[in-house]
Amino acid sequence: MQPDVTPARRRPSKEPRHAMPERDALQRAQDFVEVGLGYPEELARAEAERCLQCKNPTCIEGCPVNIDIKRFIGDILEGDYAAGVRTLKERNALPAVCGRVCPQEEQCEKACILAKKSEPVAIGRLERFLGDWELAREASERERPEVAEPSGKRVAVVGSGPAGLACAGELARLGHAVTVFESLHAPGGVLVYGIPEFRLPKSIVQAEIDALVAMGVEIVTDAVVGATYTLGELMDELPASAAREASLLDAGSSRSAPCIRELGFDAVFIGAGAGLPLFLGVPGENLNGVYSANEFLTRVNLMKAYDFPKHDTPVWRGRKVAVVGGGNVAMDSARTAKRLGAEEVFLVYRRTEDEMPARKEEVHHAREEGIDFKMLCSPLEILGHDGWVTGMTATRMELGPADDSGRRAPVCVVGSDFTIDCDTVIVALGTRANPVLTSSAEELELTRRGYIAADEDGATSIPGIWAGGDIVTGSATVIKAMGAGKRSASAIHDRLAVS
Amino acid sequence: MGRPFARRRPPRDAGVYCHLPARLVPKGRPVPFPVVQKRQLSDAVFEMAVEAPAVARKVRPGQFLMLRVGENGERIPLTFSDWDAEQGWVRFIFMVVGKTTHELSHRSVGEDIADLVGPLGRPTHLEGLGRVAVVGGGVGAAVAYPVARGMAEAGAEVTVILGARNADLLILGDQFEKLPISQLVVMTDDGSEGRKGLVTEPLKELCEAAAIDRAMAIGPAIMMKFCSATTRAYAVPTTVSLNPIMVDGTGMCGACRVSVGGETKFGCVDGPDFDGHLVDFEELMSRQRTYADDEREADAAYRKECSCNLT
Ligand SMILES: Cc1cc2nc3c(=O)[nH]c(=O)nc-3n(C[C@H](O)[C@H](O)[C@H](O)COP(=O)(O)OP(=O)(O)OC[C@H]3O[C@@H](n4cnc5c(N)ncnc54)[C@H](O)[C@@H]3O)c2cc1C
Ligand SMILES: Cc1cc2nc3c(=O)[nH]c(=O)nc-3n(C[C@H](O)[C@H](O)[C@H](O)COP(=O)(O)OP(=O)(O)OC[C@H]3O[C@@H](n4cnc5c(N)ncnc54)[C@H](O)[C@@H]3O)c2cc1C
Ligand code: SF4
Ligand code: SF4
Ligand code: FES
Repeated sequence: MQPDVTPARRRPSKEPRHAMPERDALQRAQDFVEVGLGYPEELARAEAERCLQCKNPTCIEGCPVNIDIKRFIGDILEGDYAAGVRTLKERNALPAVCGRVCPQEEQCEKACILAKKSEPVAIGRLERFLGDWELAREASERERPEVAEPSGKRVAVVGSGPAGLACAGELARLGHAVTVFESLHAPGGVLVYGIPEFRLPKSIVQAEIDALVAMGVEIVTDAVVGATYTLGELMDELPASAAREASLLDAGSSRSAPCIRELGFDAVFIGAGAGLPLFLGVPGENLNGVYSANEFLTRVNLMKAYDFPKHDTPVWRGRKVAVVGGGNVAMDSARTAKRLGAEEVFLVYRRTEDEMPARKEEVHHAREEGIDFKMLCSPLEILGHDGWVTGMTATRMELGPADDSGRRAPVCVVGSDFTIDCDTVIVALGTRANPVLTSSAEELELTRRGYIAADEDGATSIPGIWAGGDIVTGSATVIKAMGAGKRSASAIHDRLAVS
Repeated sequence: MGRPFARRRPPRDAGVYCHLPARLVPKGRPVPFPVVQKRQLSDAVFEMAVEAPAVARKVRPGQFLMLRVGENGERIPLTFSDWDAEQGWVRFIFMVVGKTTHELSHRSVGEDIADLVGPLGRPTHLEGLGRVAVVGGGVGAAVAYPVARGMAEAGAEVTVILGARNADLLILGDQFEKLPISQLVVMTDDGSEGRKGLVTEPLKELCEAAAIDRAMAIGPAIMMKFCSATTRAYAVPTTVSLNPIMVDGTGMCGACRVSVGGETKFGCVDGPDFDGHLVDFEELMSRQRTYADDEREADAAYRKECSCNLT
């Protein structure tokens, strides 16, 4: 019999979790260069040493896509990074991204056995280490997933965020011809227009997208499904006129006539995200200087307004900025405002820091960078003069008894109104489903809140159309969206194999 | 088999641009948006047609597109003035007011623009309108043109009122004349062509004579504001085509929000057409000025580089 290849159960290490080197808070708050520097090799090895290589690795359950964490850490221990990357990529196409932005403390690391007694293994940082190691290699040397023989089937993917990219990558690997339709001029979804450069460098996202393209995935930008194409058209047979044009082209005609792209896909996956920003609904919200986080971050990240006028899109650079909200989006907005030169940035949140949905690490970073947390405050009105924001009145809140969801609901403290002096307000209250696409297909069943109704695999009420990511769940996380995209890819593959 | 369209994409020099509305990523294999026609209508107003077949087959009057001229460019909205689904082009008319429109005016036939996406926004309501006055002010005439044409084709009795500061700034007059409309009234501030005065004067006369059932006003916010005020007195339902600042044009950012009847609406997805009697024009005009300083800076920097003597 083969000896048991799993290393002997390791003894719990006394060593504390290794901190990841970061740029100095004062310095980094001046620019858009990435904050976290990543583990150098020695630190990665030392952190991997902390892993017990458990017989029953609970960490894996904590990861929404069930990465074999124990194995990839084992690969690091053995110094076989290429194997580690392969392990990661079995489940997660974008390790360099997830290692940076996953809320690990809520997921894999929360479930790590060490978390019970001391601190969990820094699984995310190790994942990032491998992801970066891979990206640092020459493109030609990188792990290339084996692409199956062409199946002759064509799948359309709507949206190029994490859900769409994961679905496209998986389908391409399985041999299907994939075309991704993206409404913006650049692919990546929230990864490019939302999450800032200092947390997720865009070159990493681009490298991952290039890898997909190298696998044969076709990405069409500037294509709004629901406007440029309808969902129905994506599924349609080739329109007769287009077929005629196509045959003319095949016959070598050089007639100057454009032809319509052939549509008629065998299946469609919708990963359109939840892109409709919510506002406060208080007076003064349409004053100049009030932004949705989406607009603010899009101007700065996608349109590169921080580099104005080299890039043409402007953004109003406030001196005193109030950001309303407590999630990752609020943290990103606050830290971005700081980097654009704001003297003071306030974070206005209804509950306390403990209830904030943002990642703990980002809350910590924001504090280090000098963001002023105003907890238990709720805006009442945005004040203005001459059309511009001059301040905000808010009321103090206190936490009442826990509600059904177990969260303690904030209630107003009567008579506690006060004014915050500010010239910019950024509203980061979350998003809803954008109706542009869904309203173009009446048969598509929606949930009460306007999201697409879909089952576990993402199958929607229309046969042949799947959906996943934020457009199904509402705002969630990168890895959950990717998991959904990948699950749908398998389901689509199964269906296409049958037909 | 596998990837049929890759095989079928014709070579560029065959003069056939294929099927894609957009660019392919990465940048190595672009399917660009070539300019196929350009015409200068007045000192600062240009008409341009761009090949965009997937977009062209979908456009309806009143809808708009977003474009970026170059790689570092801003996304700006422009309304379709004309399109041809068969030949696969879309046309728009723009006035040079800042850097992006200036740069666009220098794209010549055969050159590409980086991005063009659409059609966006809700189409203008055209059917069952009865007697309509369509008012086009300045470059708004470009938007009024397909709207008036669409209304007339749908059986409405259309009176077009065109306004401009002077004869040089008046655009599309000859094209309107060819439409099956019942009347064309031309107004200039200085009387250098047509009648002297503002577009609100003939509009008021029409209202007074009870000669129209509805009105549509398209142009600068201030003009739409006064047109709406004029018709309000006579309770003539009035639609305006708003032009707030936009970023994505697809409902994702909220930059384009406008107050209509006390409610916040997104200009790009709920509009651009709204009930003129309910729009908060003061707010619209204030929001349009948000980036005035930055725009001046970008514009000045671009002019320094640019050797032309445009306006
Ligand atoms: C500022 C910010 C910070 C965040 N930080 C984190 C974090 O740290 N960790 C984390 O795990 N999660 C974070 N999230 C959440 C995470 O980014 C999302 O849950 C995830 O991106 C959802 O992926 P998706 O693919 O479903 O949608 P998206 O990423 O939203 O992508 C959807 C894409 O579809 C396109 N699209 C939409 N409609 C159409 C249409 N009609 N036709 C064609 N294309 C269309 C959009 O342009 C977009 O590119 C953050 C989100 C934001 C906004
Ligand atoms: C739905 C819609 C349809 C339009 N149709 C036409 C048209 O058919 N022809 C035409 O000439 N103009 C049209 N406009 C206005 C046109 O978009 C602006 O003139 C253009 O964006 C100016 O860009 P710029 O860089 O040249 O000028 P800038 O110097 O940047 O700005 C000059 C002024 O243009 C407006 N503007 C600037 N950026 C934007 C933006 N991103 N979105 C909207 N407005 C902006 C502002 O009010 C600003 O003060 C339309 C606007 C909207 C919203
Ligand atoms: S993908 Fe996210 S949750 Fe899963 S192991 Fe990696 S960091 Fe943890
Ligand atoms: S639970 Fe923690 S210690 Fe155990 S295998 Fe997973 S990461 Fe290692
Ligand atoms: S332009 Fe962004 S929502 Fe309308």
